[in-house]
Amino acid sequence: MDGSHILTNAPRPGRPGRSLHRFANPGRFLRLAARVQPWLNALALILTATGLIWGLFFAPADWQQGDAVRIMYIHVPAAWLASAGYAGLAACALVSLIWRHPLADLAAMEISPVGAGFTALCLATGSLWGKPMWGAWWVWDARLTSVLVLFFLYLGHIVLVRAFDDPVRGQRAGAILVLVGAIDLPIIKFSVVWWNTLHQPDTITLLGAPSLYITMLWPLLIAALGYSATFAAIVLARTRAAVMERRIRALLAARAEALS
Amino acid sequence: MQDDPEGPGLRRGFLALLMRELRLSVRHGGDTLAALLFFVLVIALFPLAIGPEPKMLARIAPGIIWVAALLAALLPLDRLFGADFEDGSLDHLLLSGLPVSLLVAAKALAHWLVTGLPLCLAAVPLAVMLRLPDAALPALLGGLLPGTVLLSLLGTTGAAIVLGARRAAALLPLIVLPLATPVLIFGAAAADAVTTGGSARPHLLLLSALLAAALPLCPVAASAALRQAAG
Repeated sequence: MDGSHILTNAPRPGRPGRSLHRFANPGRFLRLAARVQPWLNALALILTATGLIWGLFFAPADWQQGDAVRIMYIHVPAAWLASAGYAGLAACALVSLIWRHPLADLAAMEISPVGAGFTALCLATGSLWGKPMWGAWWVWDARLTSVLVLFFLYLGHIVLVRAFDDPVRGQRAGAILVLVGAIDLPIIKFSVVWWNTLHQPDTITLLGAPSLYITMLWPLLIAALGYSATFAAIVLARTRAAVMERRIRALLAARAEALS
Repeated sequence: MQDDPEGPGLRRGFLALLMRELRLSVRHGGDTLAALLFFVLVIALFPLAIGPEPKMLARIAPGIIWVAALLAALLPLDRLFGADFEDGSLDHLLLSGLPVSLLVAAKALAHWLVTGLPLCLAAVPLAVMLRLPDAALPALLGGLLPGTVLLSLLGTTGAAIVLGARRAAALLPLIVLPLATPVLIFGAAAADAVTTGGSARPHLLLLSALLAAALPLCPVAASAALRQAAG
């Protein structure tokens, strides 16, 4: 039942969002994705490896933080991808609710665990960075706290979309939650910053002077591109797997019906 | 109700639904009281755990009251649409011609009248017991009043989103609590500001701004979720 609509949902010409519906055809999506996937994988590996090796071994150490600053090359791209992932999730939710695009539903379902993973990486490396810098594993700093709330939002979405017997209902509920969260997220961010300045007027900001040396900026940017490609590659692979899983389930159901 | 969509029909439908909700919660008095008792009990636990030192209690009183109110407001939410969903009356309500967002607004208002308002009232003696300075009481109440309305609106949205899920009651806090962090921050900060010699005004204004944004947005989101749930 859940798999059939994705197999039969042919693009309808002459409707708004037609260009999107071109890719709603799962066969076309699978063919295209199979061609893109190896290139994306290679790009992700090369860029991430270049950025991280450059950053961890060749970029200069910070005059103040020493070698501890190198966590930045792992931490900062993860933080960017954590928020970019939520933006991608919100875009999928919008497409899903407006055009009832089945692939957007699947993609949203597959984005949130990856986004939660990047957010967890950001929190863990932030904590590791905090120990030598602030002398504590966790500081209720505005950034850390708002990333923590973002992590909870991801977890809520992950659990919600899988909590329904009817998967389509779960995906729609998840889409509405993501949109509510997308509106709430800037408010949460603002309130946490406000709260933080109220309670801790003398917090040390991590990148107090955002003027990074160009020798540190380049590996950071390359690592960020690599992380983005990694994110996209994982999501693409997961979405392909999800489409194929649904196909297999639909085929099995059809065979069971034919046998009975 | 279809004959006059602009006029008194809407108001009558809204009031009828509100009265129905209130009557139901009066008849299930135990469920209604449970949230309030939970609120009182949770707050009573804190001095037992932390110690009776008045200065410490006064310092953490606004935070305790706000967290307890947040948790207590969540308690009745899973029955908000759940009971109507199971016995089919939700389908009737959706077919009644009343706009779905108005239906949601009536449910949220009923939730506030039955849960939020009693919590605000109970907060006063509890705050006195926690030795909150008298000067901070108006700020605490002034924050709790719009804050609990906000919690009702957010909670109603969350309840509509998880409607029909397995273990919806466990899922609901996971979804609503992160969304409610701004309410908690500004609400507790308002009372905190007075005890530390500041002004509660900016916090209360921000809470009111949040309320002004949530009043139209939450019913829209909740009605979209309700329509999905009803199929």
